Amino acid sequence: MKRVITGNQAVAYGVILSRVDVISAYPITPQTTIVEELSELIASGRLKTRFLKVESEHSAMAALIGASTGGVRTFTATSSHGLAYMHEMLHWASGARLPIVLVNVNRALGAPWNIWGDQSDSLSQRDTGWIQLYCENNQEVLDTIVQAYRIAERVKLPVMVVLDAFVLSHTSEPVEVPSMEEVDSFLPPFCPDYPIDTQEPRAYSVITTPEYFLEFRYKVQKAMEEVPEVSKKVDDEFRSRFGRGYGAIERYGKEEAEVVLVTSGTVTSTSRMVIRKLNEEGWSVAGLKIKRFRPFPSEEIYRAIKGAKKLAVIDRNLSAGVGGIFAQELRAALYPKEERLPVFGFVSGLGGRDITPELIEEAIQYTVEHPRPEEEILWLGLKK
Amino acid sequence: MIEIRFHGRGGQGAVVASKVLAVAFFHEGFYVQSFPAFGVERRGAPVMAFLRVDREPIQLRVNIYKPDHIIVLDPTLMGAVDVTSGLKPNGWILINSGHPPETFNDLKNFRIATVDATSIAIRNSLGSRTNPIVNTAILGAFSKVSGLVGIDSIALSIREETPGKKNENAKAAREAYQEVKTA
Repeated sequence: MKRVITGNQAVAYGVILSRVDVISAYPITPQTTIVEELSELIASGRLKTRFLKVESEHSAMAALIGASTGGVRTFTATSSHGLAYMHEMLHWASGARLPIVLVNVNRALGAPWNIWGDQSDSLSQRDTGWIQLYCENNQEVLDTIVQAYRIAERVKLPVMVVLDAFVLSHTSEPVEVPSMEEVDSFLPPFCPDYPIDTQEPRAYSVITTPEYFLEFRYKVQKAMEEVPEVSKKVDDEFRSRFGRGYGAIERYGKEEAEVVLVTSGTVTSTSRMVIRKLNEEGWSVAGLKIKRFRPFPSEEIYRAIKGAKKLAVIDRNLSAGVGGIFAQELRAALYPKEERLPVFGFVSGLGGRDITPELIEEAIQYTVEHPRPEEEILWLGLKK
Repeated sequence: MIEIRFHGRGGQGAVVASKVLAVAFFHEGFYVQSFPAFGVERRGAPVMAFLRVDREPIQLRVNIYKPDHIIVLDPTLMGAVDVTSGLKPNGWILINSGHPPETFNDLKNFRIATVDATSIAIRNSLGSRTNPIVNTAILGAFSKVSGLVGIDSIALSIREETPGKKNENAKAAREAYQEVKTA
């Protein structure tokens, strides 16, 4: 059934449809309404999920690590400082190979204080061993959560599903909400290999000496390397059942374009309009959406940018001292290739400032007009 | 694409009004995108909410800077905030006011409509005399003056989206549909 719902409501539907057993979360703007929606359903008895109230995000993740080890399906949601506060537990969750699904509503970190959209929170967790999936609209948010459990439970790694603050979290738009039966037939119950069993006691994640630790991390890497194939299968099956699929990346616009604009999150949505307009005007430009940031879809990107002469990246995030993080990852992915395309790294929209069609067009125009970027970081819409 | 901006005061239901109107358009087969001003709301302070409506899926994901129409839930906002900011020429400004539209003749280049949504709300026991809930009534008036969305779709949406007094809210919208005045 199609309903007009916010991104945060789409998260709640995704969680309900995925038959999550245990939720633990601590409220923070702009994630709050996810927790409100779910806890109200639980309090009124309409949702048979256990909600563990905690005093912090650190405890929320710790609680889920316990619950997931116990063998049940788990969920949490957070933003910004909340995600940062979880940091060490994020490492633990991936190291312990627990298929926890976390929704992060992208928000800037202070100082100065800011509650608006900015990817610096999730991207600063890129080395924690979590799969990261970025969403473009509310439908994709719901669908990605359902897919995330399939992927997580198959490769035994946690998944972070990411959506933009307010532009998705608090924006209502039509979303097809599948039925419980449809999702049940796609997402089987979680069957962990080694759940806690009092009849068969085990120790979990005990001290591991240098003799074995390297191998544990090797296995995490190998699990990450399975993700492209597993997530493609999951996405293909999802598409065949629900008529919607997303891929790790998506290329759109003119087929043999000289300039490819790389974006993530809702910037992609606005970019589609801009690129359609520019294509009609005869510009040789295409768009590339990156949905899966971890593991980074290097192979998929090589195939998608074949024939392109220049890449423009719009980053709504900043790694101070280097620049935009998607641009940085893209440059690293391209380095082994013989033909290294110039990467124009634009930084824009930090702390929730709009990335307007005019700014996107400005970035494309700059890239078309310059053989190489004049600066390592190209600031878009900066007040001087 | 049609873009609509709501002006109200925190607690008046501007955000809900934008959602209810979105669902009404949705029932008529439109794609919709409804959102609040992304900020920190305080009760009584001026707030805004937004709505985009189109026949195609809506890909534009930025604020509304140049609305086609404006809906003002609180008459005391007139003069207190620049409700016409960015408004396209010939757009409607629908104001909750007991005064005739000619009162606002200084707003040249725009079409003015007024409806006494406050009296309609009080008469239908929506909210209290000091804090009437006017957000559903004014949508009935919008249906009439804009001609963009039917009153039956508004009434259906109100029934679906309002938490209580569904009949009274729907009735208020229909009364406002009858009573709205245009210059």
